[in-house]
Amino acid sequence: MAEKVMVKGNEAMAEAAIRAGCRLYFGYPITPQSELTEYMARRLPEVKGTFLQSESEVAAVNMIYGAASTGTRVMTSTSSPGFSLMQEGISYIAGAELPCVFINVVRGGPGLGDIQPAQSDYFQATKGGGHGDYNLIVLAPSSVQEAVDLVQLAFDLADKYRNPALILADGMLGQMMEPVEFPDFRDLNTLPDHSSWAMQGCEGREPHKITSFDIDPINLEKMNIGYQKKYREIEANEVRYDTEMIDDAEYLLVGYGTMARILGSVVKKARSEGIKVGLFRPITLWPFPYKELESAVSGKKAVLTVEMSTGQMVEDVKLAVNGKIKVDFYGRTGGVVPTPEEVLRELKKIVERSE
Amino acid sequence: MAAKAIFERPKSLSDKEFTYCPGCHHGIVHRLIAEVIDELGIQGKTLMVAPVGCSVFAYTFFDVDGTVAAHGRAPAVATGMKRAMPDRVVFTYQGDGDLAAIGTAEIIHAANRGERITTIFINNAIYGMTGGQMAPTTLLGMKTTTSPYGREADREGYPIHVSEVLKELSGVVYLERVAVSSPAEVRKAKQAIKKAFIAQIKGLGFSLVEVLSTCPTNWGLDPIEAMKWLNENLKKEYPLGVFVDKVGELK
Repeated sequence: MAEKVMVKGNEAMAEAAIRAGCRLYFGYPITPQSELTEYMARRLPEVKGTFLQSESEVAAVNMIYGAASTGTRVMTSTSSPGFSLMQEGISYIAGAELPCVFINVVRGGPGLGDIQPAQSDYFQATKGGGHGDYNLIVLAPSSVQEAVDLVQLAFDLADKYRNPALILADGMLGQMMEPVEFPDFRDLNTLPDHSSWAMQGCEGREPHKITSFDIDPINLEKMNIGYQKKYREIEANEVRYDTEMIDDAEYLLVGYGTMARILGSVVKKARSEGIKVGLFRPITLWPFPYKELESAVSGKKAVLTVEMSTGQMVEDVKLAVNGKIKVDFYGRTGGVVPTPEEVLRELKKIVERSE
Repeated sequence: MAAKAIFERPKSLSDKEFTYCPGCHHGIVHRLIAEVIDELGIQGKTLMVAPVGCSVFAYTFFDVDGTVAAHGRAPAVATGMKRAMPDRVVFTYQGDGDLAAIGTAEIIHAANRGERITTIFINNAIYGMTGGQMAPTTLLGMKTTTSPYGREADREGYPIHVSEVLKELSGVVYLERVAVSSPAEVRKAKQAIKKAFIAQIKGLGFSLVEVLSTCPTNWGLDPIEAMKWLNENLKKEYPLGVFVDKVGELK
């Protein structure tokens, strides 16, 4: 067993990527994730990898496209305004079905916003963002250790489904330091072999062509049906979530990432005051745990969704419960992180109303 | 005496028929690139990035591994490929709308990094695929669907001279502007393309060949008139010649 070390979230995710076999990084500095870019600049040459600071996020995502089309493990990281700039390329990468990993350390928006933690990129991450019908695999860690674990998983899922995977973190997770245990280095020889489709030179075989387009609408529809078939498979196999004290709970809190961490404290405080509350935390935001959440709310009096946004995931929560139970929402925005006390106040209002 | 083939279809061209308009130069340039790839013996290790525009299908016309980049982003895509597989030969094929408008940042920075890639840049002073709109390279006074009164410097700015801009960047090791409007020019263009690929194979840096090209359909001219127009107008604005050559003499 490896020993635990204190690491900053951004740097932990970078090291986790390298241990997962990522040897290529293209990115552009942006707060609050720049330590990740800097760590890669320092660390990748030590493992004979390649770091390149691109001229923009637009260039970075297209460099990812190029590297991923050769079947090489590659990633980038950014924060909200940079993630917006990457949407064009992400749509192309999804359409070309290329495996790669994105990390978005979300900050307050819209526009330039600020550099404080937020969760207001949920729609962009889970509902498209770029053009066309596509989905990213979206993983939302709530601790530095989980971020490390999910970075590893992201690379494996990206390879397994030939689909881009996204770690949706936030400025709090990127900047906090926590003890983590890193996995061992992946033996590069054990990484999935992509030579059956990747662009590696056509010596001894027919040329490989990788595109996200077909000018014939019937053919393009076929491609889209193919993507959707894959997405249904991911939905069937890859839903991940966590719960705390939901079995005897009368009320359910729903949140993800850093917010779920805070909701964990709310559960403890509320329980100590006699309020029976539990927590449901989606780990995969896409595929979203609709069925699992639906059964979790069964028999509860009310659901409170809390986000560091004006309400984005709450739409999926409502879809999941499908009108069977009232879904309340509480959120702070602009980079303001809700405190356990203020969430508890909101919860008490719902409890009073329900009794 | 048995017949001896002295002229064949290049191996690096697929058997797919070109979809270009009559008189368009894409076909000639494609053939030259394929001949160069054959002669250098690099078909099995060449990766190509096709653009958005008329030549979006270029990736299907070459028998090499190929992909299509988003509009203007080919140099960034090629950078990712080359950094992932440094021993492969990577080239982009881009038009003037692709490279000189939406993709200016990507081409300038790839060139300035001395990225070991080769770009074939087709300049016909107009947008082809979208139906003849103004390009950054459109000549002053030239009428297009979006400059219906003729391009005016006060309104639309001046024609951009891509090779003259790029030649100032230290990462560029080979840069030449050519045309293919005569047999002699075709031979010269092929030599330029070959040298640009050799610059990459030698690991020297970034190489680009700008090819002045016709667009009979959108210029509203027949192929012969289009060639004449190119010779009389396009070459005046964009003089042919070698801008950078750090490759040296080839044996």
